[in-house]
Amino acid sequence: MLPLTEKKIALTIKEMESGLGRIRDLSISIGKLSAADWTEPEGPTPYPSLTALRTWDRTLLSRYQPFYMPFCDLCCLCTYGKCDLTGTKKGACGITMPAQQSRTVLLSACIGAATHTSHARELVTYAIKKAGRDCPINPGGNAIGVEAPIIRLVCGEKPEILADLETVLDYCESQITALLAVTHTGQEGDPLDFESKVLHAGMIDHVGMEVADLAQISALGYPKADPDAPLVALGMGTVDTTKPVILVIGHNVPPSVAIIDYLHNENLSDHVEVTGICCTSIDATRYSPRAKIIGPMSWQLRYIRSGIPDVIVVDEQCIRTDALAEAEAIHAPFIATSEKNCLGLPDRTNDTADAIVTDLVGGKLAGVLILDPEKAGEVAVRVARTVAPARKNVRASTDPATIREQVTACTQCRLCQRACPNDLKIPQGMKAAGAGELSLLAGLYETCVGCGRCEQACTKKIPVHSLIVAAAAERIKNEKFVIRTGRGAIQDIEIRNVGGPIVLGEIPGVIGFVGCANYANGGKEVAEMSVEFAKRRYIVCTSGCTAMSIGMYRDEEGKTPYEQFPGSFSAGGIVNVGSCVANAHIAGATIKIASVFARRNLRGNYAEIADYVHNRVGAVGVAWGAMSQKAAAIAAGFWRLGIPVVVGPHGTKYRRMLLGRADHDADWYVHDQRTGEDVYAGPAPEHLFVAAETKEEAMVLVAKLCMRPNDTTRGRAMKLTHYIDLSQRNLGTIPDDIPRYVRTTADIPVTLKGEITRILAQSDWKERPIPDPTLLSRDKPSPPKER
Amino acid sequence: MPAADPWQTAEIAGPKKASVITKPAMAQAVIHRAQHPVLIIGHYAATIDIGERKLVDYLLDLARAHAIPVIATGHVNRTLKERGYTGAVIMPAVEAGHRIADPCWNGPDGKGPCDLAIIAGLPYPMEWTLLSGLKHFAPYMKTITLDNTYQPNANWSFANIPVKEWQENLEAITVTIGTEGQTDV
Repeated sequence: MLPLTEKKIALTIKEMESGLGRIRDLSISIGKLSAADWTEPEGPTPYPSLTALRTWDRTLLSRYQPFYMPFCDLCCLCTYGKCDLTGTKKGACGITMPAQQSRTVLLSACIGAATHTSHARELVTYAIKKAGRDCPINPGGNAIGVEAPIIRLVCGEKPEILADLETVLDYCESQITALLAVTHTGQEGDPLDFESKVLHAGMIDHVGMEVADLAQISALGYPKADPDAPLVALGMGTVDTTKPVILVIGHNVPPSVAIIDYLHNENLSDHVEVTGICCTSIDATRYSPRAKIIGPMSWQLRYIRSGIPDVIVVDEQCIRTDALAEAEAIHAPFIATSEKNCLGLPDRTNDTADAIVTDLVGGKLAGVLILDPEKAGEVAVRVARTVAPARKNVRASTDPATIREQVTACTQCRLCQRACPNDLKIPQGMKAAGAGELSLLAGLYETCVGCGRCEQACTKKIPVHSLIVAAAAERIKNEKFVIRTGRGAIQDIEIRNVGGPIVLGEIPGVIGFVGCANYANGGKEVAEMSVEFAKRRYIVCTSGCTAMSIGMYRDEEGKTPYEQFPGSFSAGGIVNVGSCVANAHIAGATIKIASVFARRNLRGNYAEIADYVHNRVGAVGVAWGAMSQKAAAIAAGFWRLGIPVVVGPHGTKYRRMLLGRADHDADWYVHDQRTGEDVYAGPAPEHLFVAAETKEEAMVLVAKLCMRPNDTTRGRAMKLTHYIDLSQRNLGTIPDDIPRYVRTTADIPVTLKGEITRILAQSDWKERPIPDPTLLSRDKPSPPKER
Repeated sequence: MPAADPWQTAEIAGPKKASVITKPAMAQAVIHRAQHPVLIIGHYAATIDIGERKLVDYLLDLARAHAIPVIATGHVNRTLKERGYTGAVIMPAVEAGHRIADPCWNGPDGKGPCDLAIIAGLPYPMEWTLLSGLKHFAPYMKTITLDNTYQPNANWSFANIPVKEWQENLEAITVTIGTEGQTDV
């Protein structure tokens, strides 16, 4: 089979006489991107294969070794099994536990990458249908020169029109298929080769995400790299329940767009509430700021059970698989719109809207599958308007007397607590509620992740989750916040302004708070962390469910973080780039620093740019509530760029960390491109993937992980100031690894000079040079490994 | 509830499961036998009430009595300092696990590889996965958890026991070991 790049065909005919007549200036391109005039020299790895970046991966993985924490001792993927892989045992196929764990991580990353890429394919197809194949890719008009940093870097292509993105997706799909094949029984057996492929899956995931967001930004008129993207309503308390209410859940925006368009075309926009949960709601607000975001994915049960939604429309990803049953329980008609999520519903795509509306309104069908976004949009609006008046009485919340009555069945068996991911003290809340005191039960609302496992565990069939939500009714009424909707990409001018300060270390770091809402201690923590770092003049980026959680808290003046801090990519900004797929813009910003600021060539030049980012751009990802396979893939994409990721305590369930050993000096040598010498650069960054146990620990870790070998003395002093201050405040002490991060006395923060100098004097610290660092083997001989 | 079920019902591991500590003497013997134990204290130790004291107080009694080096995870070091204990090494729990699993690591005190990890006060699932890592990849050492919830991936664990029973066990373990030596760290 020919590699993809060789399948491109470009045929140009200036003039030809044929039996059909005269043909002039005919140009046909098949599988060929349109930017043929892009003159940037091509790097060594355009459209990299599974092994093209294996050397770079091994470089990273030799520093950041996997620490596996199996989530299950068995392999049950084939009929040889179950195989017990405990310790050094091998399975029937010969696989070891480390290989099995890395294989599972690869499976997870493949699922994530496939999901984003499939989503991207849907969006590109939709965007082409809506705006045409020649619709220009336009993430920010004149403000954006590097329109697709990840695609340029990985594929070595410069897409200009929507049709160009199809070729990119061809590549992604071929790679994901091959990566998935790697996980078959009897394929890869080495854990580090599995891990290299995890990184490959992550990189592909980032390409897929970039394609998806470029397509929707270009075709749907979203904010284009706009730091002042509109503030939009967030929270259950913002919904006008006197109007018909539509709820959209998922990630793929076309049905939401169709609902909004139908309302607009029928002059009904003021008469129907369009509300959403999860990323599709962020994208709906990017399309129309009138749409309202209810909250992260963990808000599904509580919002549906409130009875407020009159119609529920689901598309794809992160939707509760029992959403249909929940909708039936509140008698809300249900519309599924994705081939990936049919839920057993009858396919009514080819029926008339009139017929579908009749069946849903009349109760003949609880739900339907409509694989035509426009038709789904029309049906949703018409059904909502028809059923809403009769559904008003569904919107009654459970009163305190009813709660007391229902909790009397509780036997205090504690099975609910044992089923709860966060070990919430539900039995205590139930007991107090039985005695008329609801505050304990209500207090659980903040840290409840909305999974409903408590109800599955209850042998008395008590609707535990519903009672927690009912007890917190007053709090829910006050869920009235704002969030700055997704701005999309980062402007080139913003990169130019901050590129120097970031690379030199004078902006102490770029922190991406991203991912799902499986928080161990509520979403408030991620809001507090983002505010803390914004106040310290880091650049804070965010997206998806985390962006919503950040918006759900106010300061003393009643302002949400989005009202307190600007939306610009600048020191002290809180930058919401958009939905999950917009995470590509955060990775893209780090890549653009190499391109726009440092003028490095991106084109098919992955290892050099990743080496640049790893050694010079103090970026850290924080996925505090990461839950999904998509989050795993997103993280893997950041790892391959050499960007560390911190997860919350539930993140250990991803089965392995990538941890450095600060005590192994030999691991931290870099090649100094100025002198040709190998130089000890300290453990910067110390880890590539690490779980933190608490918010306090995470903040110290993040500040530390922002350090890079390239920091100037001024930049390092600033980073050390934050690291030490956060450590003193949260851990009660100056970190004991300070000598590893002080390269010269000029690195020492002025305000801590005496104390740090004493610490250095008590260690065997010696001044060392600040390198022009690289890890690339083509420039750097292997450092001595003395352990 | 059954004695040796994981506290979080679905956290079932595999064929190799922790022995249940049925009396303090078992834990005492395990700790006595260790040549170079390490005590990993998670942040919940500062908040969990056991009678009039916190879990962290019992753990510090143990560390002080037996001169066991301490790794403080989360932000528990603040509490340790408030109680006058300043010798803890601070690192994330997963990093502690990674290092302990390395037979060449000389432990938090630099005196040699650890042969026993005593763990308590971490979030249950985090402790579960950490212990899993040690179960599979640190075969030359043992693990014991002093939490009152069953951790199947440890070598030894209490069952899911009530606080009073837990308190009696911890007091017995600490007191008996305390008679062996009163070295402060």
